[in-house]
Amino acid sequence: MSDRSWTTRLLILAPYLWLVALFLVPFLIVFKISLSQTALAQPPYLPVFDVSAGLSGAVDFLGGLSADNYRLLGSDTIYIFSYLKSLQIAAVSTAIMLVIGYPVAYGMSRARRAWQPLLVMLIILPFWTSFLIRIYAWINILQRDGLLNQVLMALGIIDEPVAWLASDTAIYIGIVYSYLPFMVLPLYAALEKIDYTLLEAAADLGCPRWKSFWLVTFPLSFPGIAAGFLLCFIPIVGEFVAPDLLGGSETLMIGQTLWTEFFSNKDWPAASAIAVVLLTLLLAPILFYERLQQRALTENR
Amino acid sequence: MKRGLSTFNVVAVALGLAFLYLPITILMLYSFNASHLVTVWGGWSLQWYGELLHDQALLEAAWVSLRIGLISATAATILGTLGALALRNKRFRGRLLFSGMVYAPLVMPEVITGLSLLLLFVAVGIDRGFWTIALAHTTLTMCFVTVIVQSRLLTVDRSLEEAAVDLGCPPWKTLLTVTLPLIAPAIVAGWMLAFSLSLDDLVIASFTTGPGATTLPLRIYSEARLGVKPEINAICTIVVAVVALATVAASLAAKRTSLEDEHERDALAAQV
Repeated sequence: MSDRSWTTRLLILAPYLWLVALFLVPFLIVFKISLSQTALAQPPYLPVFDVSAGLSGAVDFLGGLSADNYRLLGSDTIYIFSYLKSLQIAAVSTAIMLVIGYPVAYGMSRARRAWQPLLVMLIILPFWTSFLIRIYAWINILQRDGLLNQVLMALGIIDEPVAWLASDTAIYIGIVYSYLPFMVLPLYAALEKIDYTLLEAAADLGCPRWKSFWLVTFPLSFPGIAAGFLLCFIPIVGEFVAPDLLGGSETLMIGQTLWTEFFSNKDWPAASAIAVVLLTLLLAPILFYERLQQRALTENR
Repeated sequence: MKRGLSTFNVVAVALGLAFLYLPITILMLYSFNASHLVTVWGGWSLQWYGELLHDQALLEAAWVSLRIGLISATAATILGTLGALALRNKRFRGRLLFSGMVYAPLVMPEVITGLSLLLLFVAVGIDRGFWTIALAHTTLTMCFVTVIVQSRLLTVDRSLEEAAVDLGCPPWKTLLTVTLPLIAPAIVAGWMLAFSLSLDDLVIASFTTGPGATTLPLRIYSEARLGVKPEINAICTIVVAVVALATVAASLAAKRTSLEDEHERDALAAQV
């Protein structure tokens, strides 16, 4: 196909312009508003850029911008704790998922070829069903007179019902449960690609199985570990639904703090500043993830 | 080395699947509970499904979600497929930026995407509601479509298209009669993923919604905050069942096409 034809250009242009207008430009607006002040107005921030006022309008506009919102984020420990708590929950739950997900992915990759598509589908299926519904299902189970307490009491493990909800434990359970497929699938993809003649060679040369796993299989699965880690860690840092429905109200994750600033306090500039800082924190992992994706695509060919 | 499952592998996979499926199964089970108390089993009953039919607000929300899903999934599939075709071009101005914009939304925290889209809609002065949610969902889900279609395109043999062009077929006709049929399973899968993501989204819809546009997740969320209700169990069961059936049907269809591919490959291999 000739790359110069106008049809090709049009093909590229439509999705390109769409993403520039609805993905890139909005971030610039978020950045701009993070430098504004809240106001009792519609929209609730100042200054508003007035194109009709011309050059003097632009000067007024630039003079009205300030870094006050960022100073607020730095001075109030609520925000700092919120960021730290989000990073902690994301790191710990990603680590838990790696420990749970690795044996599952490994088992899948060693199953009979004919079974593997079925197993992959079984892992993907929960990921297609609503995130919200999967979190909601856990409220059912974790509440005070819920199934978990009933089972534990029937087994005699606990005497009193445990308050599972409104705790960090509940957040971890909800997040690990909903993101697990995102961890298992990249791990499986990496493990499934491993050339098993390498392991045969190791076995022929007298290498014990645990050792060949540690020296051959595990290092070869690093791309899968990296992809699974990033695919889970990045969105979990900004997670809202799981901590909001399952967690307590003492310390909020940053997604909830942003939500509260926006919806309860109607402080759009502060919410924007929170988003800008969050994005800055996540920029390095996001760029790393993109490079990984690019490399995976070129390798597949 | 022999393939097949050792005890350890069987247990790992079985426990993993049990963890993934048990909570949803329990939720579905309790939607058939006759008891008013959500935690006490009182025998089988369909009464909560009956009550759904009288819950006007919930039905309204389901209808809104369905329409937004259909519209945004279709728009996202067209844009996303075009995006994947564009990315096949190895060099064009701004390719790096374009692929960056395609991959970033896949991992971007939803609160950031939602907030930024809302501020855009306010800045350009669009009234928020049904159409702003549809625009937001199209933007998010088209990136998923691009990724799915792009990975399928990598498996397409370019010589087929080159042959068509060599024989005088114009590029647009090559695209329609050669390329698109080859990537059709991925396009269908992309549409379905876009639809189910749209049906699922709470956070982005919360930011971009306006008066009169309450989607099903928004409705379920406001109920779920007040605790578990049997009617919500019932509507969740319906949503899960519909999405699961559609997914299984689509992947069976895709599997049949890939099996045919495999047969052809085996036949070829036998000849060599």
